[in-house]
Amino acid sequence: MTGWRLPRSLHPGAWWLWAIGLATAASRTTNPLLLGLVVAVAGYVVAARRTDAPWARAYGFYLRMGLVVLAIRVVFAALFGAPTPGHVLLQLPEVALPDWAAGVRLGGDVTLPAVVAALYDGLQLATMLACVGAANALASPKRLLQSLPGALYEVGVAVVVALSFSPQLVEAVTRVRAARRLRGRPDRGLRGLRGVAMPVLESALERSVELAAAMDARGFGRAGADRRGRRVTGLLTGGGLIGVCIGIYGLLDAGSPTALGLPMLLAGAALAVAGLAVGGRRATRSRYRPDPWDAPEWAVAVSGAAAAVAVLLASAGPGILALRPDPTTAPPLPALAALGVLVALLPAWLAPVPAPDGEAEESPGAGVPAHGSRATAA
Amino acid sequence: MSMIRFEDVSVRYTGRSHPVLSHVDLDVAEGELCLVVGRTGSGKSTLLRAVNGLVPHFTGGLLTGRVTVDGRDTRDHPPRELADVVGYVGQDPLATFVTDVVEEELAYGMESQGVAPEVMRRRVEEVLDVLGMASVRHRALAALSAGQQQRVAIGSVLAAHPKVLVLDEPTSALDPAAAEEVLALLQRLVHDLGLTVLLAEHRLERVVQYADRVVLVPGGGAPLVIGEPGEIMATAPVAPPVVELGRLAGWSPLPLSVRDARRRAGDLRDRLTITQAGQPPAVPLATPPGAPLVSVRGLVVRYGSTVALRGVDLAVGHGEVVALMGRNGAGKSTLLASLVGMARPAAGRVSVDGAVPADLAPRELVRHVGLVPQEPGDLLYADTVRDECAQADADAAVPAGTAAGLLARLAPGIDPATHPRDLSEGQRLSLALAVVLAGRPPLVLLDEPTRGLDYPGKAALVVTLRELAAEGHAVVLATHDVELAATVAHRTVVLAGGEVVSDGPTREVVMSSPSFAPQVAKILAPVGMLTVDEVADALRAAG
Repeated sequence: MTGWRLPRSLHPGAWWLWAIGLATAASRTTNPLLLGLVVAVAGYVVAARRTDAPWARAYGFYLRMGLVVLAIRVVFAALFGAPTPGHVLLQLPEVALPDWAAGVRLGGDVTLPAVVAALYDGLQLATMLACVGAANALASPKRLLQSLPGALYEVGVAVVVALSFSPQLVEAVTRVRAARRLRGRPDRGLRGLRGVAMPVLESALERSVELAAAMDARGFGRAGADRRGRRVTGLLTGGGLIGVCIGIYGLLDAGSPTALGLPMLLAGAALAVAGLAVGGRRATRSRYRPDPWDAPEWAVAVSGAAAAVAVLLASAGPGILALRPDPTTAPPLPALAALGVLVALLPAWLAPVPAPDGEAEESPGAGVPAHGSRATAA
Repeated sequence: MSMIRFEDVSVRYTGRSHPVLSHVDLDVAEGELCLVVGRTGSGKSTLLRAVNGLVPHFTGGLLTGRVTVDGRDTRDHPPRELADVVGYVGQDPLATFVTDVVEEELAYGMESQGVAPEVMRRRVEEVLDVLGMASVRHRALAALSAGQQQRVAIGSVLAAHPKVLVLDEPTSALDPAAAEEVLALLQRLVHDLGLTVLLAEHRLERVVQYADRVVLVPGGGAPLVIGEPGEIMATAPVAPPVVELGRLAGWSPLPLSVRDARRRAGDLRDRLTITQAGQPPAVPLATPPGAPLVSVRGLVVRYGSTVALRGVDLAVGHGEVVALMGRNGAGKSTLLASLVGMARPAAGRVSVDGAVPADLAPRELVRHVGLVPQEPGDLLYADTVRDECAQADADAAVPAGTAAGLLARLAPGIDPATHPRDLSEGQRLSLALAVVLAGRPPLVLLDEPTRGLDYPGKAALVVTLRELAAEGHAVVLATHDVELAATVAHRTVVLAGGEVVSDGPTREVVMSSPSFAPQVAKILAPVGMLTVDEVADALRAAG
């Protein structure tokens, strides 16, 4: 197999499938040991295969966000949670609410089981966030957009342009604020803000017109004004995506009927794929250096799926995954589910090492010396 | 064979009483480098944009007549259908980038046109070599220097193998060395690939020598004047210093490049050397005495991990004009920003007129220092010139009519009801300058004031700057324009990598550096004269 061990960037879709697999596993258990294992696995793979790119720091950011979610969940459960019998940790003054707010509790006793249950719930959310963070850290969001199928090309370009637009907006704000200061006007506060917004919007509008002209001049949206094909594509893809959304909901929400889960997901996916195929045939554009989908991609995606399947299987068995929180005993560790999650650790070795970013790739002195050396010599 | 053909083309924008172009006939042959010149607002950009159909498909307006490119009529082909024949590069490359990495930007046009992946891969490599940019292929576009950005913009249209390249002021924003890079690239393309190039440029001194033909757009709908560079330049209202020197010395045919002129100038050099002996220089360029108004000591400014200025010392006195030069990104703009208190010093001290600019409230600041930014329009908010002036008076708390009076002096004859956006580049600069000067700041800063200014606009600016200096204002201008610096600056400070590499009388600084020397100095070296006016004065003095 050529290229198996060569450094290159993995297809972003593979990382996302892997992360979705882990997130699905996390969504089916509140067992803190298992959740901790998921976070650790995701963290280890990120540490082993991330790049120096700016988005690679996403994992730490999402972890912190998860901790915040956890804290909020616990505090809310303590303040508003339904009364749970058990060991009372803390007695808060209870606020008497009017009749129409019956069922809502404010304050009162904070019991150990309530707090532990909230802790487990929060941990589950935090773990799922960590999985998303791992995907963000490993896969460049822009490359993911670029590997969108041909039918979604326009949408992808719009998002890419919007992404590069926000830093420019920040720059425009700085510039206009500077200009206000130069005119002797307040550059801070509410009055300053109003004076800044107009010129910034104006410059943003001007910029987008200029960009549109440039894109037009470079052949964006050539030919292919086939209206009927476009409508068919839109219908198929839209319907399919709705199906997929319902299916995912059914799959993740343990309480919904089984018919809503996998079958709906599959039907939706089939529709969407058909739509994309129709649309893709219509597109006249090509792609520069697309990310290949090769053995490593399969391996990474399958390892994520393995974790999800193992936890799903285990959850069908006796209830050690959705624990009745019992603070007196340590939670048991389910062997099958844990093994499954451990499989998702394999990408740390199976995925190729990411290519070193940028400049180091070329030998020094290749091509013409970079700009400016002449002026220094002069 | 004719590649671009205009047949009886007129363009009129809606809401304008006069057509921008009227009855234009133009033939550009394959493999020709055709230079389009003319004053600001004369319709150069309209002419260029008509080639790939952006006028009128994108801009609106009414185009009559016929424009064909490689046999395709722009009437039936919108710009995107002409993308494989015409490559268009606009004025501001950064505003036209779609992606954010060099390599992807180069491929973008080909992707849109559906070029096969293998072909695309090969062409990107070729273009990287042609541009000499293989070492920065993965770099973010925003992290490139202005010259590199311009080259990427050219490369990204080149990769699609167009037959025609249309460029609107490709070197206006570039420092001299970067401009040379871009022009050398263009010339190589014309010679090696037989590309047809249509190019508009204000800085004629940089390009006229490369042109096969010159198209003069007189503006106001008057007919085009087309001809050999030499014959057009003999009478054109816009001319680079080398041509003006040629006219002064009565050389015929006119030299267009420094090299040609130098070969002719032996005589003139001898005469000037004789007249110069024992005479003080015609234009006093010595540093005028006086207590320093600006004092910068050991200034360090950093943005994150990049150090923009490392230990800069600068002193500027009353009535002094100082030019700040150096390549894009050398720290010129940062130095100006710290003089108005917008860049916080990490170390060192800045004092302007006895105050620390970073500590001043905006209302106080305008009484000490005024800055005209690179884009003078940033300073203007109002809907009419009249309102703008009135607001400036209010902002600076000066008697009503002050700014309007200044404007009338700087640029007479502007209709006060005009929207600032509808002013010409030069008029807008004058308005911004009037607004800034309303507070009578003793220090006036200008960032890149001649970008987009034509020669008459520049001449007016020179007069203004000299008057300001005579009134005791200190003026600091950051510029790439060596001709401007040579004409107006008493002192030139060259920055590189955030450090001052030379600081001295303009004459000494520019004479010692080939990339900063103005054309006249290059032609007449070792005679130490910088401008055509200086030569004329010297000749007059000699009789």
